[in-house]
This record gives sequence, C-alpha cells and structure tokens, in this order.
Amino acid sequence: MTAIMEMRGITKTFPGVKALDDVNLVVQPGEIHAICGENGAGKSTLMKVLSGVYPHGSYDGEILFEGRPMAFRGIQDSEEKGIIIIHQELALVPLLSIAENIFLGNEVATNGHIDWPETYKRTSDVLAKVGLREPANIAVGKLGVGKQQLVEIAKALSKRVKLLILDEPTASLQENDSETLLNLMLEFKAQGITSIIISHKLNEIRRVADSVTVLRDGHTVSTMSAPFSEEQIIRQMVGRDMNSRFPDRVPNIGKLLLEVDHWSVRHPEHAERMVVRDVSFNVHAGEIVGIAGLMGAGRTEVAMSVFGQSYGLKTGGTVKMDGVEVDTSNVRRAVAAGLAYVTEDRKGLGLILEDPILRNTTLSALPKVSRNGVLDTGAERQVAEDYRRAMAIRTPGVFQKVMNLSGGNQQKVVLSKWLFTDPKVLILDEPTRGIDVGAKFEIYAIINDLAAQGRGVVVISSEMPELLGLCDRIYVMNEGAFVGELAREDASQERIMSMIVKGKEEHHGRVA
Amino acid sequence: MAASPEAPGLGSYFRNNLREYGILVALVVIMGYFQFATGGVLMRPVNLTNLFLQNSYIIIMALGMLLVIVSGHIDLSVGSVAGFVGGLAAVMLVHWQWPVAVVIPVCLIAGAAIGAAQGYWIAYWKIPSFIVTLAGMLVFRGLALWWLEGASVGPFPRSFQALSTGFVPDLFGVGKPNVTALVLGCLAAATLVYLSVRARARQKKYGIEDEPFVIFAVKNAMIVFALVFISYLLATYRGLPNVLITMAVLISAYTFLTQSTTLGRRIYAIGGNEKAAKLSGINTERLTFLTFANMGMLAALAGLVFAARLNTATPKAGVGFELDVIAAVFIGGASMSGGAGKIVGAVIGAFIMGVMNNGMSILGIGIDYQQVIKGLVLLAAVIFDVYNKNRQG
Repeated sequence: MTAIMEMRGITKTFPGVKALDDVNLVVQPGEIHAICGENGAGKSTLMKVLSGVYPHGSYDGEILFEGRPMAFRGIQDSEEKGIIIIHQELALVPLLSIAENIFLGNEVATNGHIDWPETYKRTSDVLAKVGLREPANIAVGKLGVGKQQLVEIAKALSKRVKLLILDEPTASLQENDSETLLNLMLEFKAQGITSIIISHKLNEIRRVADSVTVLRDGHTVSTMSAPFSEEQIIRQMVGRDMNSRFPDRVPNIGKLLLEVDHWSVRHPEHAERMVVRDVSFNVHAGEIVGIAGLMGAGRTEVAMSVFGQSYGLKTGGTVKMDGVEVDTSNVRRAVAAGLAYVTEDRKGLGLILEDPILRNTTLSALPKVSRNGVLDTGAERQVAEDYRRAMAIRTPGVFQKVMNLSGGNQQKVVLSKWLFTDPKVLILDEPTRGIDVGAKFEIYAIINDLAAQGRGVVVISSEMPELLGLCDRIYVMNEGAFVGELAREDASQERIMSMIVKGKEEHHGRVA
Repeated sequence: MAASPEAPGLGSYFRNNLREYGILVALVVIMGYFQFATGGVLMRPVNLTNLFLQNSYIIIMALGMLLVIVSGHIDLSVGSVAGFVGGLAAVMLVHWQWPVAVVIPVCLIAGAAIGAAQGYWIAYWKIPSFIVTLAGMLVFRGLALWWLEGASVGPFPRSFQALSTGFVPDLFGVGKPNVTALVLGCLAAATLVYLSVRARARQKKYGIEDEPFVIFAVKNAMIVFALVFISYLLATYRGLPNVLITMAVLISAYTFLTQSTTLGRRIYAIGGNEKAAKLSGINTERLTFLTFANMGMLAALAGLVFAARLNTATPKAGVGFELDVIAAVFIGGASMSGGAGKIVGAVIGAFIMGVMNNGMSILGIGIDYQQVIKGLVLLAAVIFDVYNKNRQG
C-alpha cells in the first residue's frame, strides 16, 4: 500500500526557534491518523506546512501527495488537491446561513450571479452526508457548537475532500456531540476518505485512530499502529513514564467554609428559563470538591452567579462563608467575602492578553500594591516575580505579554491573580482545558497545594477522570439541578453517568 | 516592552521601542524641516508663543481623549461641547455680567455634566460610544446655535482673556528677557531629570532597567535642552503664556494618573479586556462613566480657552476639533481597540499636528493641501503602528 500523503524531513524555523526539526509523517489511504503531542510540540505548525499556510520554500523537506511532490503556495493550492483543514476556531460567519457558509468563496455562480436553487440542493446533499438535519437557510450563529462543527465538515465535503484534517475537533463539544463527530469520522473512513485528527483527548484517539504519530519538541517521536494504549501515547508525548497522572495528596479536611443554599438563577435573556434550580453545595477547608456534568448542565452558570452574580438573574439562595451569610451581589463583594472564580475562558474572560504578566497578576487586588490609589511599582514587581517563581511560570520575565504564553502558563497567571486576592474558596472552571499533559500535572499539583494551605477548592470539569483523580467529593449536575453527590471512594465514571442519565436524587454516604 | 534578562544592545533596544522614540524623532524632524523651510520663522519667539496658544485646546482635549480611547471608546462630541460651553461662558460673562471666578467653575461643571450624561448611556446602557457621542455632536452644535441665537458674543473682560492670552508676569522685575520664564523652565527641566534619575535608580534596585545608559543620558540631555531653549525663546518675547502653565500641570497630572494610580491601571484594563476586568472586580461601568465625565470637563476647559483666545464666542467655534484631537491621540500611538496609549504620545501627536498646521500656514500652503497632508500623516502613523506590531508578533 503506498501512502496517500507523506511529509519527509520537514524543518521549519521561526526567528530564534526551530518549530519543526526533520519531521516525518506518513498517512495511508483510507485511515484515520492521529497526531499527538503537548502544546508547542509542533502539531499545528506541521498542519500549516501541509495546508500551504506556510508556503513552499519557507520550510525545508518535501511533501508528497498521491505520490507526487507538492509545492503549495497557499491554502487554495492545497484545497484544490483535496486537502482540507478544519481549524479549532471555527471559520464560519454567524449571521450567514448554512448554505451561504458552505459555499462561501466557492459559490455556485456564473459570472458572479449565484444560482440559489442549485446552492440549496447541494447544501442539503452535503448536510445529509454529515447527518445534520437543519434547514439550509438558517443562520449558522443559531446552531450549537457541535452542529457548527458539522457545517464545517459539510463545507469540506462540498469541496471534494480527499484528506480531511481536523484540529482539536472535539475540544469544545459536549460528550454526545463528540460522539456524533467520531462516528462520522468512522463513516468517512468507510467511504474511503482519509483523515488526520489532532486531539488531546487520548480516549477518543484510541477509539477511532488506526495509527498515531507523536510529536515532541518539534521532532517525530514515533508512529504507532492500533492497538495502542493511552499510557503508551502519554509516555511518548512527555518522554518519561508517568506513573500517575495525578500527584499524591493526603486530604486534611477542616471546618466548613462555603455554603451555598437553594441557589436559583434565570437565563439573562429568556427570563422564563431557569438555568440553575435550587442548587445547594458546600466546601470545607482543605477540601477539593468536584462538580460533574455535561456541557450546558449549568455548572459555569452556578459558579458565575455565586461569584458576584456575573451570570443571569438570581432568583433565590444564600451564600455563607464560615457560617456567616455574605453578600456576593457583585464581584468586589464576592472577592471581599473570600471567593475567587477562575474562568473556563482564559483568553476571553480571564486575561488581558495584550498586557504583561505583571499587570495581569495584580489586577484583582491592586489596593494591595498601592497606597491611597498610587501604585508602588516596585512592590508590584516583587509580587509578580514571587508568583512567577512559586507557580513556575516559564517565561523570560514578568514583562512578557501573556498572549505569548502557552495555555498552561496562561492558566498559572490567572491562578496567580486570584491567589493574590488570598481567597478562602476558589472555584476553578475547567482548569486544564486546552492544556497539555505535562502542564496538567503541574496544575493538579497547584490545586493540591491550595487545599493543603487550608483553602476550599471547587473544581468544575467535563473530564471525569480528572474529577475522580482530584476530588474528595463530587456533585453531579444535570439540567440546572444537582442530581447527586458522591464521596471519593464511591465515585466512578459509570456512577456519575448513570446519575446524569437518571437525573434523580441519589445520596450516598456524605463525607464531612 | 518585554524586558529581556541580558542587557540588550543599543540597536536592538531602539528597534524594540521604535514606536516610542519614533514619534519623538518625527516631531524633531518635522520641526527641523519647517524651521529650515520657513527660514527660521517657526522658532521665532512670537511664533512659538502662538504655536502654544493655537494648540493648547487640542492638547487639553487630547488628554481626556486618550483616556476615552484607552478605555475602548471614542468621543466625537468634544468639538461641539467645547463650542457650546464657550457660548455658555460668553452669555454668562457678557449678557449676565457674572464674575469670571464664578463662570469658570460653572462652565467646567456644566462640561462634566454633559460628559456624564453621555457616559451614562455608554456605561450603563451599553450604547456604543460612537452613536451616543455622534448624537451629542449634533445636539450640542445645535444648542450652541440656539443659545447664542446664531450670533457672536463678546468681547470678554480682561481677566477672562488671560485664561489664554495672558502671560505670567516677571516676578523678578526684569521684564525682558522674562526671568520668571527662564527660572520656571530650568526648574521644570531639573524636576524632570530628578524624576527620571530616581525612576532609573528604582528600576536598578529591582533589576529591571532595560534602557541603555546612553539613550537615557541623551534623552535627558535633549529634554533639558528643549525645555531651557524653549523657555529662553519665550522669555525673549512676553514670557510664559498662562495656558502653558495650565497645560503643563494637566499633562503632569494625567501622566501620573495613567501611569501610577490604580484608577489609571483599571481604565487600561477595561480597554484591554472589559469582561476580564469586570470579572476581576473592577467597576467597569463607573470608570467608563467617569472617563466620559472627565472628557466633558476637559472639553469645557478647551472651549473656555478657545473663546478667551478669540475674545468672542461664535456658534461655529470648535467645528472639527474632535478630528484633530482624535488624530493626535492615534498619531501618539494609542491602540484603536483600546488598552494601550500614553499621555506623552498624545501630547507629542498634538504637537506634530500643530507644528504642521503652523508651518504649512507660514509657507502659504493652501488649506486644501494642508488637509491632504495631515490626513496622510495620520494614515502613515497608524500604518507604521500596525507594521510594527506585525513585525514583533
């Protein structure tokens, strides 16, 4: 069997950095080929070389497609050959319809005059292929992320794709949408379409991929054929054995810190919709509590509502800290009460990307580095340096703009910012989203440290193994309500899933 | 400004801070060119004095506009507000015979109230500032016409004119050259040098000095030379204009506000990422509101200075000022999306526009070409910014 696509000895240098160093990638026709590696390993760069974003001549090495050497000058060239890449950030225009998006830049037209009947016919053809039952004239912005992803794939199909590249396709999807997408990939495989998938979700790779190429620091480490185990991949990725994906910890649980009682929240725009219904939970000093649930279950909404009513319209409920009722009706009051919320959307809600680490670190507690409103820049720098060291943020200095940092380091900056407010309880929303395996371990270690310092920690995560590995106690949430609570020793992925599915009260031995 | 751990070379330091020095160099080059082209008229004491008087109101408004633009907004109404407040003052002074000491504070409060009224819709109702202030631009232009009944009102009492065309008297009684001007100029230079030496010492203490000593020394020498030289030139004419003192005080105050206070830092944070700022516990609404109230107050001050300079208030006063002010801020390197920009930059940007206006007028270049050239300079400055950013990114 000859390879459909082969990349030989690809080397790509940026000023001062060798992003790819002699990378080889061989993809067989009709297979699903996974590419794994930590953030910064060179996966995206490699795909940009392949799709012509970095044109021929800006890198060394050669690309063979269907046996012939290729010299792509731009993305149009590669698309013409049938190589289509779907980026993690979807490139759809929200206000245009599905049909308009699918044929954007590739309109069914003669002399600039669009043939709408033909456009709609072809649109429904490709929509049928991806199994998306939506009218072709509906605006893309009205669809959920999962369906938008399918529109992207339909767009690729409309261009007669031979090699489909999916960059982190399931990163922002909920479980059942991911499932749909993975099944679709398998279906395409049956139809003879070759795919490359880049993903951090090793269980998904194990499920669908026929082979996996692991990159590390711009080098090809290995290519393995199925079957392979998650542990094998991790070992290749980090270059060392990871005996445990979670650092050891001996819980030392103290007094009751945070109690949220009967919390209810309405949707900010659709007031008739209850997003959070009568939710109660608590956290003790030194305890790590998890909130499990599918995306859209209302976990972020509870957290943000409790934290200064930053989401929706609160209709009822109380917050107590150390047994005393506190006012958390805006962010300042919530912070004053000892709460901190680390958002799931680091770039959108957590950081000022254009600003340096220093300014991001002190933003929530500026009065601590100032007197009468006048900043003490020396003290501020000291604080930023201290956190940089404590958190092991890998950067040349605290004047580095956070936009230039990796996901893991950015998360450490957000954590620094909130730790500087010295909170009693931290709510961490998807703390390891988009962070590679090595950095995840570090974040887990930090979370454990926070608990060891006697703070209460609430972790919201869509990755159940993460909750099971970290938490002393797990609340299960579904459709805006808490449907169960599990102690560490009783918790398992199956139990959590079944609670979500049954959606009914199920109380198990509370730990206190 | 990324501080690299090892001491950077002169060349690379200069390249990394191209924007900041670039604009200063541009001002010097432009001044040099016009000094040459006008055969020395540009830097003549009388013209220099005029240059300050002509640009004072633009610079005053640029200070407020910088904050507005840094917070991620825009204010198109400042020209109309300045015109309206000028008219307000005129009627109070001329028709109602109110004393100057009452009129000035009342007008400043009125300006702040106008700014606050616009800021209210922008901050609390989330109505785009472009729309609100475009409406304000029309409304206050109309109100100025109505208030003045379409006519010019003037002249003003001497004490009001002094706001713009007055000069600091020579306390040493020499008169010519004006020793007070010289002394104040030297004092200002000495203060600036003292402050920058102290700042550098502090940076050294924390190990963050990244400006090579040569640049530091040359920069300070230039500042001292410029201040002493300019104050000398002014001294040989009539001394320091009052408005120059006002400007100097305001520029210092706003530089301090933006660089050294929590308030300033928070305004930058709002422009950088409003949602993140809000989730960090910053009262984004109130700060946005205050930013506009402040802009209104400075627009009112500019309106007073402008009226005082012309010694009459006309319904057409301030037409198009907003464009000069916004151009000055962007030439000064402020980010179009908010979150970045410096007071010094905005002031230098305003001077670049001012020197070009003045120089081209002396050369007898028509208003038509002047507009074209100013437009191209604005475009070039912003293109230079974007180019720089892409190069670094």
